Amino acid sequence: MLKLREQQRKRQEALEASKANSPSSTNSQPSTKASGAQVLLQKNLTELELPNSTKIEFPNPTDFFNFNLFISPVAGYYKGGKFTFTVAFTQNFPFEPPKVKCINKIYHPNIDLEGNVCLNILREDWKPFVSVTSIVMGLNHLFLEPNPNDPLNKDAANTFVKDINQFRRDVSYTLKGGVLNGDRYDNVISRY
Amino acid sequence: MTFREELASIKPLLESIGPYNEFPEEYNSKDAIEALLTSKVLVIGAGGLGCEILKNLALTGFKDIHVIDMDTIDISNLNRQFLFRTGDVGKSKAQVAAKFVEERIGDKQLKITPYFGKIQDKDLEYYKQFSVVICGLDSVEARRWINATLVSISESNDIIPMIDGGTEGLRGQSRVILPTISSCYECSLDLISPRTTYPVCTIANTPRLPEHCIEWASVIKWGQVFPNQKFDADNPEDVEWMYTAALSRANEFNIEGVTKSLTLGVVKNIIPAIASTNAVIAASCCNEAFKLITNSNPILDNYMTYSGDDSIFTFTFELAKKNTCSVCGVTGISIIAQNWWTLETFIEEISEKKDIQVKQPSLTTSSNYLYLRNPPHLEEITRPNLNKKLSNLINPGEEIIVTDPNLPMSLKLIVSFEGPELEPI
Repeated sequence: MLKLREQQRKRQEALEASKANSPSSTNSQPSTKASGAQVLLQKNLTELELPNSTKIEFPNPTDFFNFNLFISPVAGYYKGGKFTFTVAFTQNFPFEPPKVKCINKIYHPNIDLEGNVCLNILREDWKPFVSVTSIVMGLNHLFLEPNPNDPLNKDAANTFVKDINQFRRDVSYTLKGGVLNGDRYDNVISRY
Repeated sequence: MTFREELASIKPLLESIGPYNEFPEEYNSKDAIEALLTSKVLVIGAGGLGCEILKNLALTGFKDIHVIDMDTIDISNLNRQFLFRTGDVGKSKAQVAAKFVEERIGDKQLKITPYFGKIQDKDLEYYKQFSVVICGLDSVEARRWINATLVSISESNDIIPMIDGGTEGLRGQSRVILPTISSCYECSLDLISPRTTYPVCTIANTPRLPEHCIEWASVIKWGQVFPNQKFDADNPEDVEWMYTAALSRANEFNIEGVTKSLTLGVVKNIIPAIASTNAVIAASCCNEAFKLITNSNPILDNYMTYSGDDSIFTFTFELAKKNTCSVCGVTGISIIAQNWWTLETFIEEISEKKDIQVKQPSLTTSSNYLYLRNPPHLEEITRPNLNKKLSNLINPGEEIIVTDPNLPMSLKLIVSFEGPELEPI
């Protein structure tokens, strides 16, 4: 450690000498540094594997911490719909999960009318190594296999358990923008 | 410079060579005392830990202390942040703390320089002047920032050790980070336990705990009632609303225990701070700073955990450096580029280099996305950069972060330019 301090003193002298020699070069380079969160998210996004059902879009080209996911389920009750999610990462990645919201008002056992999503890996089971790919897979899974045991929309979950055919009809009706139990849903039928 | 009378108690610690001294042949007490009197020390945070640290450093004999804190003094700080008085409420923590310690010690050679602002306001040149940085911070984000900054300085210059203290109720920890040599803050990020969360479905349907009711008010009800308004935990009206909503929810499900202080604790993630824990941890941090500067004794290697909630327990162990750490696991590679090179030429050139080994690189800087190969939309956005001159895309000295499926994490490239502006024919 003695060496450490000697080196530090030498550096200090060199620093002051260089300042004295070139007083004009005070406007040194910007010394910003990519954050750990940025590096990790860059690694994560550039190795993201999107299934055919999912498209990704970055509304702000200079900010990859915020993006939209468009999910068009290829099978199941929600086939034919196109659902938009906002995903917001913060500088606390990967220590904290991103905030994910469904911006369409839809009828789904695990998504409430405000767009809150009940997906374990986005909350209680979040781990620093959960990847963006796993989040995309998780959201797709919600449409293929709604989980009535963890409901956010209780009515939808009850119908799902009691009368699956009624649930199927309710879903296809609400996807077209229908009114169910007094709530009007968004028309999310994909035009493609 | 001479030792003042009141610091005579420190002298014996430095004047004789102790049995644990690692370099008894090289150790020189004159140098040690000189170092103590002349080293610049930076303290980040002038809160619970910071007050203790500043007091300790000044009493140990450090003469050139700097302190940064962006916060102002709140009435609730006064029980433990003993450098502040009722009349100081609303003023800068850094400024008041610096002035108080300077006046109380009354030593003309002691200079404490406060900065009222964010650590991010200062550049690398600023941080380079210090011999050691001691952190008494309350956020993971700030710790990650200062850690990355010190790692970056240590790569191109010499090592600036970082001493990090932290407390949570009756528990605390202190650690010494020798950037690029030992485990850095980012290396051990996975070990931090995230804040307690509850499944949304439990909150929505089957609450059992008072915390479930408060989370319901905060996560679900607030958004329904105020869809376009962000909850402000520092606004008493917002907190009152949250408490009332949580209480009515609790009554509905016959759950007891929703109080205003629990509400605040849950929504702000507050754990009560305890003065004695701060004192223990700050003492450990300052002890490490003293040893680092004077070389009188071996330093902590490298993590000490303290727990006072069931008798007293401490344990020390060495956190390992992580080879794939996104901050310190990647060394910078210097590259000379021709002034006329486009980004595309640059990517071709680095792909051919043996010591880089990338096949499908994506490149960014801290301020700009240069080229991202995936996902498709980002590729489309950044593709026009390929035909631009690299020298126009980056600032001199700015490092380029490269990720690639072939790399465990990332690479840093430091580019300098030479040669003609136009491609030679």
